[in-house]
Amino acid sequence: MSLSFLLLAVAALCALSFYFGRQRAVALSGGRHSNLHSLPAHYGTYVALWCGMPALLLLLVWYVFQGSVIEAMIVAELPAEITSDTGQLSLALNSIALIAADNGQHLSVSPEVIDAGRRLANLQSIANASLVVLMLCVAVIGISVSYRKIDPEMRARNNVERISRWMMIACSAIAILSTVGIVFSLLFEALHFFSKINPVEFLFGLEWSPQTAIRADQVASEGAFGAIPLFVGTLLITVIAMCVAVPVGLFSAIYMGEYASSKFRAIAKPALEILAGVPTVVYGFFAALTVAPFLRDNGAILGLDVSSESALAAGLVMGVMIIPFVSSLSDDVMSQVPQSLRDGSYGLGATKSETIRNVIFPAALPGIVGAVLLAVSRAIGETMIVVMAAGLAANMTVNPLQAVTTVTVQIVTLLVGDQEFDSAKTLSAFALGLVLFLVTLGLNVFALKVVQKYREKYD
Amino acid sequence: MTDMASLMEDRAAAKVISDKMQKPVDWDNPKIARNIKKRYAAERRFKMYGLSAIGIALLVLCVLAGSIGSKGYTAFFQTFVQLEIHFDPAVIDPDGTGDPAVIGRANFDGLVKRALQEKFPDVTARRDKRNLYGIVSGGASYDLRERVLENPSLIGQTRKVWLISGDDFDMLNKGYIDADVDESNRRLNDQEIGWYNTLVSEGVVEKHFHSRFFTSGDSREPELAGIWGAAVGSFYTLLVTLTLSFPIGVLAAIYLEEFAPKNRFTAIVEVNINNLAAVPSIVFGLLGLEVYLNVMHLPRSAPVVGGLTLALMTLPTIIIASRAAIKAVPPSIRQAALGLGASPVQTVTHHVLPLAMPGILTGTIIGMAQALGETAPLLMIGMVAFIVDVPGGALDPATVLPVQIYLWADSPERAFVEKTSAAIMVLLAFLVLMNGFAVYLRKKFERKW
Repeated sequence: MSLSFLLLAVAALCALSFYFGRQRAVALSGGRHSNLHSLPAHYGTYVALWCGMPALLLLLVWYVFQGSVIEAMIVAELPAEITSDTGQLSLALNSIALIAADNGQHLSVSPEVIDAGRRLANLQSIANASLVVLMLCVAVIGISVSYRKIDPEMRARNNVERISRWMMIACSAIAILSTVGIVFSLLFEALHFFSKINPVEFLFGLEWSPQTAIRADQVASEGAFGAIPLFVGTLLITVIAMCVAVPVGLFSAIYMGEYASSKFRAIAKPALEILAGVPTVVYGFFAALTVAPFLRDNGAILGLDVSSESALAAGLVMGVMIIPFVSSLSDDVMSQVPQSLRDGSYGLGATKSETIRNVIFPAALPGIVGAVLLAVSRAIGETMIVVMAAGLAANMTVNPLQAVTTVTVQIVTLLVGDQEFDSAKTLSAFALGLVLFLVTLGLNVFALKVVQKYREKYD
Repeated sequence: MTDMASLMEDRAAAKVISDKMQKPVDWDNPKIARNIKKRYAAERRFKMYGLSAIGIALLVLCVLAGSIGSKGYTAFFQTFVQLEIHFDPAVIDPDGTGDPAVIGRANFDGLVKRALQEKFPDVTARRDKRNLYGIVSGGASYDLRERVLENPSLIGQTRKVWLISGDDFDMLNKGYIDADVDESNRRLNDQEIGWYNTLVSEGVVEKHFHSRFFTSGDSREPELAGIWGAAVGSFYTLLVTLTLSFPIGVLAAIYLEEFAPKNRFTAIVEVNINNLAAVPSIVFGLLGLEVYLNVMHLPRSAPVVGGLTLALMTLPTIIIASRAAIKAVPPSIRQAALGLGASPVQTVTHHVLPLAMPGILTGTIIGMAQALGETAPLLMIGMVAFIVDVPGGALDPATVLPVQIYLWADSPERAFVEKTSAAIMVLLAFLVLMNGFAVYLRKKFERKW
């Protein structure tokens, strides 16, 4: 609550400083705005920016470092027998946090930990108080310095515009920052993982059973971290999804673009888009509670042994989810094929379907391939449907009626619940995440390359 | 390809005929007529494929909506049982203090149990008694307490009170438990179904609108679980997402569209935005887990962390939509403003941005709708915890609507299936509202230059 209060206080200070900066500029102008270099509002904005920006910057830096600094201070004071063992340390830190939050009465822990908990609470309140004081100080200093600088000769507009331009650049840079953040956070933990598990074993191993790694009596045995079964499972579900999404998506794009009347389009197109807007957790529920039992029961009638977490159910529903993606992308591509090609084909006596199959489709093929690749990358990264409808056991099979597991399912199961960042089990999720990120990134780059390289130029 | 071949065949046949006879094509030739018939049939088939593809997609949509609707609508109603409750002063307030603290501590559960026993006095075995108490939900005693605290004059009286029933009886009343199945294969035994039938024949079992579903937080008991906690969590999460991603996204879009020079930095930013738009959402969850929780030590399960994670995810959507909207403003507007002496920043803030705002807002709403439906990254940052309390701020532990759906979908109780479907209906209603508003904005402010 104090955070939002602090933000409100800074916002109020900014508003005040805008008002006073403006007033001062008006007063200094002697009633004639033409005496000023810039508009009065520019002077106000100048003061407000100098009030708000340093304070918010401080807040940001503070929050980035507060947690780790305080933790380092607490750990430094703990006895060596706790800090030497990482497992015990994380346990102790948890209880310390609970004690600090006044929730730890039921814990039976050593007095050092209780002391540390009190110290943590103490440090936190000190940190919060000093943050408030510092922020207000910075804001007030910013106001007073910039307020004194106000002068009819001062180029307030240029100043404000320069600042705002840098703010815009900083905002654009966030796109780079988040990519860098993704790469580094994945790489950091993945390298951690690869220091425990051989990357070759991870990438080419045939057995995946990470759960064994945490059993206390099996500390020596590492569990099995061969990710091939996960890749096979992911691929199987993706292929099933593509078998649904590509034909249905392509044909509906063709019908929408070439045959449908504008009235039909106006209704059917948004209806198809609804499929894209349904949250994936809803598809997951649908797959797990409607499609999977349906397949199992009908499979039983046909004498097939369909698993209740079959790859088929997850793949079919995922395919439905991707239909609008394929259809809208290929619709775009096909509508870019110039009318003259169609007219030429019709002029030779071809029917509409012959024109589509033999003229438009080949001309649009690179774009369609790109669209399919993007759809594949989306299917590989899709999480909720497979988490809810696919299995957990890493079976090496290409039988769509059996349960398989995927990369994303494993990431979720490994990271939901308690996490220990020193066990290979938790870290393997980041290695899987890295693989996932690189594969989807590669697919996207490749798709764009295909589209650019083979695009026919018609101008 | 066969059609092209047949077209060629067609032409070749025509050519042969015309060459031979030095006459125009003989369209009445049965060979050509057959071929044309074949080609037209192929044409009709092809058209049918297209139409049936759309049909399949729409059919699945209908099945999806139908299965969720048919499973979920019953969750908006809940079975209540009317019991004669004696508000015994000896239990509620033995000393007659009238002190709310004393009344609050009283054993209202005992009152409910006594009423049930009076209704079915022949139940004596311990296990049967426990089953008997299952008719009424454990939450009913809280309702009684509220009632008495609100109106202390009830103490000492005997009233007929509608009490919320337990989930198994609710399921039975809604017809989800088949009494014809073998006893060992259903949740309720014959005796319990007998009690139910007795109660029904007395007319004391009714379905009422289930307002608790909309006003309470999560619970282990299906009949007490509600979505308000998750809805509030979603609200705080989206608030954080919006306050971060909207200004950052719009500023970045303005920079890239209006000010950015063509240099390496700009090129890298463009590539990054396009790639971020295609990164799987779960990878953002891993980023959030590592950066916000492990490095910055922000509180787990808090909407702040969820909002920060989702903000990075929605950023590309907002930037791309805003750029398109800014690009759609014709250059003449800018030239006019610049010609009148406005600075480039003034041109943008006074003229371009207001004209592009409807488009930007549309894109933002669509991005927010995506964020509202997102589940996977939030699982990574611990928003899957079981949280009963309604969060009071962005730093409290919370869950969000889609994650609540995921949690309920995983619960074994039959009654949670209808809760899940009902929560999905609520989530979809929000999404429809948001997207509808976006469409309305676009229609209303759409401008042709």
